[in-house]
Amino acid sequence: MAIETAKRKGNGGPAKARLVSITVNGRTYRLTVGDGPGLVGPAHTLAHTLREDLGLTGTKVSCDNGACGCCTVLMEGKTVLSCMVLTAECDGKHITTIEGLSDAKTGRLDPLQQSFIDHQAFQCGFCTPGIIMSARALLDENPAPTEAEVKEALSGNFCRCISHYHVVRAVMAASGKAR
Amino acid sequence: MEAKYRFIGKATRRIDATDIVTGGGRYLNDIKMPGLLYGKVLRSPHPHAIVKNVDKRKAEALPGVEAVLWWKDVPDWKGGTPRFTRILDSKVRYVGDAVALVAADTEETATEALHLIDVEYEVLPAVLDPEEALKPGAPQLYDEYPGNIVTPGMPFFGPKALKEVVMGDVEKGFAEADIITEGTFAYENLPNPLPPEAPGAIALWEAPDKVTLWVTNQASYMDKITLHHVMDRKVEVRTIGGPCGGSFGSKFMSWQVQTYAILLSRATGKPVKVIFTKEEHLAAFVLRPASRMSARVGMKKDGTVTAVQGNWIIDTGYYSQTTQSQVAVGCGETQIMLQCPNWDLRNVIVCTNRNASGIVRGFGGQELKCILIPLLSLAMQKLDIDPFEFLKKSYVKPGGGYFWRDGIWYTYRGVDYAPMMDKGAQAFGWKEKWKGWLKPTAVDGAKRRGVGVGVHGNADIGEDASEAYVRLHPNGTAMLVSCVTEHGTGQRSNFAKMVAEVLQIPLEKVSIAPADSLFTPYEFGPAGSRGTYAIGSAVINAAEDARKKLLEIFAPILDEDPEGLDTVDGMVFRKRNPDKKVPWRAMSVDRTITGYGRFEPDYTLTTCIMSFIEVEVDTETGKVTLVKIVNATDIGQIIDPLGLENQLNGCLGTAGIDSAVFEETVIDRRTGHTLNANLIDYKWRTFAELPPIENIVLETPFPSHRFHAIGIGENTTSPGPSAVLMAVSNACGTWLHEYPVTPEKVLKALGKTQEGRKGGVR
Repeated sequence: MAIETAKRKGNGGPAKARLVSITVNGRTYRLTVGDGPGLVGPAHTLAHTLREDLGLTGTKVSCDNGACGCCTVLMEGKTVLSCMVLTAECDGKHITTIEGLSDAKTGRLDPLQQSFIDHQAFQCGFCTPGIIMSARALLDENPAPTEAEVKEALSGNFCRCISHYHVVRAVMAASGKAR
Repeated sequence: MEAKYRFIGKATRRIDATDIVTGGGRYLNDIKMPGLLYGKVLRSPHPHAIVKNVDKRKAEALPGVEAVLWWKDVPDWKGGTPRFTRILDSKVRYVGDAVALVAADTEETATEALHLIDVEYEVLPAVLDPEEALKPGAPQLYDEYPGNIVTPGMPFFGPKALKEVVMGDVEKGFAEADIITEGTFAYENLPNPLPPEAPGAIALWEAPDKVTLWVTNQASYMDKITLHHVMDRKVEVRTIGGPCGGSFGSKFMSWQVQTYAILLSRATGKPVKVIFTKEEHLAAFVLRPASRMSARVGMKKDGTVTAVQGNWIIDTGYYSQTTQSQVAVGCGETQIMLQCPNWDLRNVIVCTNRNASGIVRGFGGQELKCILIPLLSLAMQKLDIDPFEFLKKSYVKPGGGYFWRDGIWYTYRGVDYAPMMDKGAQAFGWKEKWKGWLKPTAVDGAKRRGVGVGVHGNADIGEDASEAYVRLHPNGTAMLVSCVTEHGTGQRSNFAKMVAEVLQIPLEKVSIAPADSLFTPYEFGPAGSRGTYAIGSAVINAAEDARKKLLEIFAPILDEDPEGLDTVDGMVFRKRNPDKKVPWRAMSVDRTITGYGRFEPDYTLTTCIMSFIEVEVDTETGKVTLVKIVNATDIGQIIDPLGLENQLNGCLGTAGIDSAVFEETVIDRRTGHTLNANLIDYKWRTFAELPPIENIVLETPFPSHRFHAIGIGENTTSPGPSAVLMAVSNACGTWLHEYPVTPEKVLKALGKTQEGRKGGVR
């Protein structure tokens, strides 16, 4: 087994501090890239920043290797795997995480989230935030998808409990076709 | 249908539903605390070697590093069955074995420190095949296991713990047979249960001898018990369980990652979090035990099996914690599937220099059936017996019996599953689709369809003990105290439902305490399919006890015998005069009532699930496509229809049907390295490739459960794999006996390729 590749720290001496501004769920964060406590490391992924620095642990990390879709978030409305994006490269980006789907003030859920509850479209729930984000992006782009389109759109999301069948139902029920 | 229950059987919302869909659920890796350090493991690149020296000076000098430990720095704590496996040892036994542990202030620093540790190994010859490991002169993994043979028997199962199936007179049985078939079959493609959430732990050591552990496991109370023994019974362990991002049995064996965190916290005085990477999860965590068996069976013309004789070789990898229990339960499960008077089915559990096997769904029975059913199929073919009729006839009936894991004979007192099997066959269209052995159901050019059937059942629904408390409050609410964690089956919600049903209070009035071993009573956990019957009965007993105490308190208030009182919606009233109601708060606001419930093990009931599978084989490409799956089961009473359907659909993943279609952990048998330890090379089924599944559920009451219900979840993965092999063989018109049926194997069976790969690589 190959030993995990180290995410080595930069050795180029004290680099000039660089600011990265990202907007997550409508709130803008000004982050400083560098090595040290409280700074965003140059090798930090967006998933790491969201979870470890911004406290948004709803985004889950499973493979940390771009294969399973658990860490899916929206960037400018499109899905990205947040474990494959470096925070330092996200300057000026608008990001939506699972925490941003429901209304922070009223607690009102996105219809898709409500549909997942109604159809019990989860079991252990670990992959669910990523699946919901992928499904949200699909419905934003294609409000009335066919079942095949739903399956295709979610085919990058790993689910081991096999909640797929209920997920497809939940997404179809929340789509324009159901309304 | 009559409305028998207010909540049981109704589709209700999971109590953790909002947390799950909003990302609010706090899984292990979401927990942060002040001063938290991050632990990492340095792992061996050799399958077998002596660790002669570890130079950790450079690693210790790295700013942020707080501890570097190797075997000389840690107590001689051991796990496994028997306890011979050290947490860190002077010897490594597989590629990935732990050599040193590091704790640092960030994960990156801890990872960097691993690269600064210099290890001096003396490389030893390794053995990666169980039959090679049994040969004289083979490399020896442990001094304690001469010949690499693991001590048989699981002490936890009692003094007579089942080690094999030996009964009757096999020679007499073979003499009575109309046909005898024999052969060697294997189920050794090592699927990984592979929950999305990696194994991990957070530990906080309190000198001199206490530790608090945040765990992710389906059975957090058992972590406390396992660790108590691992740490020489000298350390007081408190476990705090939370939502578990999938386990499928595997996380029952988390003592190693937990002790890594414990040792690092003990060394630093700070809380330490260790979370495995996905590569570690795939290459250094639990795999299915590998099975190989040479066996022969005797069968009469009517399909009666007269004798089974076999030598089952189980490769457990570099150590065993639970393999003996899987052998015991597997032996029991096989008798449930195959009622036969004469058995001589022996086994040997062998250590080899690969990653350890552990708990994987099917728990011994899936393994044994996947190698026995192909052999039985050869006999059925010769006698032209329909496998559905055979499996239906051979399954245990009321009055039949089996030796269970404790070595005791139990007479089965459950329902007759034959009508359920008939319903399944009807839904699938078995009679129309079955054309005889090695005959396709349909041929369309290069595409050929075939069908197969499998069955599984387990007397685990009543296994092991459970305890629970139910506390009633004056405001009409109740709290369940149980050390059950939610690992995906929805059972925490179901137990709340059972409490609500017994107390007749709205579901939202029932809460569940966290699974904290500090204050919860004993709980074996939702292992196997025991949740509904075993844990459920403890919960129901606790709720009934609380209700009884409540009514006793209200008897003088309402001037009535407790038996003459009832309670609905937090009000107590006389049965003969329900109009006069008194709220629970009349018991006084400075009072709570606690009920206690316990479940005692009972092995006289078994589950049953039968799976029918139709496949389509593309004879040009070798690709096998699942066309249709029908699962049929009888579970007495549905508790939660959506949750049940989810569990039945789970037949595909987590070492289920896909173990026969494409899943495997590929280990290079020359070097011991796992070649597909990532989620791209380890194949998994995607949304785009879902076969249609139909689930047939009967509800024949089981009178010994208050709601007449039993569980089924764990079983759903097990009938499928051998059914796939059968279906593909029938489609191809020739036997396929190797799992999984990859295109390469299909084309080979059809005579369309060169001979399979030769040499050391499997």
